[in-house]
Amino acid sequence: MTGPMTMAEKIIAAAAGVNEVRPGDIHTVEVDQLMSNDGTTHLTIDMYQKQLKNPRIADVSRLVWIVDHNVPCDSPKTAASHKKMRDFAKEHGITFYEGQGVCHQIMMENHVRPGELVFGADSHTCAYGALGAFGTGVGCTDYLYAMVTGKSWVLVPETLRFNLTGKLKEGVYARDLILTIIGQIGANGANYKAMEFGGEGLKTLNMSDRICICNLCVEAGAKTALMEADEVALAYLKEHGREPKHVFHSDEGAQYARVYDIDLGGIEPIVAKPHFVDNVVPAKECLGVKIDEAFAGSCNNGRIEDLRAVADILKGRKVHPLVRFLIVPASNTVYQQALQEGLMDIFMEAGAIVMNANCSVCWGSCQGVIGEKEVLISTGTRNFKGRAGHPDSFVYLASAATVAASAVAGSITTADRL
Amino acid sequence: MGRVFRFHKDVDTDQIIASQYLLYPSINEMKVHAFESLDETFSSRVKPGDFVVADENFGCGSSREQAPSVLKALGVKAVAAKSFARIFYRNAINIGLPVIVCRDLYDHVKDGDEMELDMSAGVAVVNGVEYSCTKLPEYMQGILDQGGLIASLNVEGADGQEGAE
Repeated sequence: MTGPMTMAEKIIAAAAGVNEVRPGDIHTVEVDQLMSNDGTTHLTIDMYQKQLKNPRIADVSRLVWIVDHNVPCDSPKTAASHKKMRDFAKEHGITFYEGQGVCHQIMMENHVRPGELVFGADSHTCAYGALGAFGTGVGCTDYLYAMVTGKSWVLVPETLRFNLTGKLKEGVYARDLILTIIGQIGANGANYKAMEFGGEGLKTLNMSDRICICNLCVEAGAKTALMEADEVALAYLKEHGREPKHVFHSDEGAQYARVYDIDLGGIEPIVAKPHFVDNVVPAKECLGVKIDEAFAGSCNNGRIEDLRAVADILKGRKVHPLVRFLIVPASNTVYQQALQEGLMDIFMEAGAIVMNANCSVCWGSCQGVIGEKEVLISTGTRNFKGRAGHPDSFVYLASAATVAASAVAGSITTADRL
Repeated sequence: MGRVFRFHKDVDTDQIIASQYLLYPSINEMKVHAFESLDETFSSRVKPGDFVVADENFGCGSSREQAPSVLKALGVKAVAAKSFARIFYRNAINIGLPVIVCRDLYDHVKDGDEMELDMSAGVAVVNGVEYSCTKLPEYMQGILDQGGLIASLNVEGADGQEGAE
């Protein structure tokens, strides 16, 4: 008989092939899936080819490689890195995507299953918790070790539990909720820990909301984020043609490092000011801050629900003449859906710039980078100093609706103030 | 002995090495840009054996292993901080860059101070004063002692296969 465990503990126990694990234990685990993108894969390949005495891949069917960060390619150096990745994937028969969308969105649409332990060579891999999977970000050495052996070591994290009640008000989004939580617990408030979300309030959130929430948990330092795979999650999974590996629930009496009760009805539109994600204030405190660029997209907020929110605001309006508004679907599936719904017409009539599905200015190396002293309002993941381009530039983070409203106004504002 | 390069709290991986350099073909081509947005002179001033000393949450943000890798390539001997973000911490150990939690160090040292560090004893010495640090868990120290995770893979011949032939 084992004691009560959290979801994170149960998934690690299953992956380690043991009955029970406790926070602080170190276990060797089987890794179900291994996602890597063009941010680091060229280095993984270099190590594989130059440093391993006996290069081998434990199980190629667990690998998914995605070119999404610098797409389309922006320089000969990047082209060389992409070619290395493309050639290696082809040679070894690795599942490979290029230019189809942001890695986490592609993983959610096509690969992640409840109950899996997934490593991603990208910090926002914690997004997979929206489907009840233990996703965690790793570097390329960790990735290579798991690619070669099929295994890795995991320190069992403590879990923070977030009990959600009530319902978000009209004009308030999941993005506002997770920014509020990060502001409350701080940029290292969940360092080394799992963040688990549940309660009646969770049922009011759709999959897009849930991915947005789990995705951003790494900005509080979290090792992973988890939500129980309920009817909403299982319906999404079925719609995308997959079955769960296993649906885990946290036990009654499971031990949490801390429990937070959050009333969704009390959340207001939020903005994270430069240069930290936990530097949050009510959006109304930023009214009038002039912007040069706006960005709606990324693994955090580039889904169809976000694009609909943007379209609702842009319909019959124009983007401010002094603002570039970049709209970037998170995947080609989202892009096609937006085309079918007529959203792209609305964006173009409003004067926005619609880009191909990729990470774009969220990671500040490819499209739409901003210059010295420029100000960007963004649905991207981070607002670190220089994240979107010049070291002396400024990034504010907000929901897609707040970003779109600000793009119209030319300065930070909320949709209800237009 | 090495000199101290001191950094504030919440230094994120974008500050350690910015996105626009990550797809460069090699760490050697990236390393001159380390800490560029915080201190353009860092990579030219830092010498092998020097230390990075930081406040809380060093290395927060992205999982880019290029962050600890450029510091190691520049010869940084170790990073001692009040606390680390977990992915940076794990990556550093995996590539063989010593990292250690020293709660009291940051508040008592300044840029350019001479420092000595004994990882296995968990002690840093600056200006004749000893500061105790938290020793690494045995498992992680073992990875460091082997020279990083890849070295351990070559030695142990993981999954039962012979690696060292």
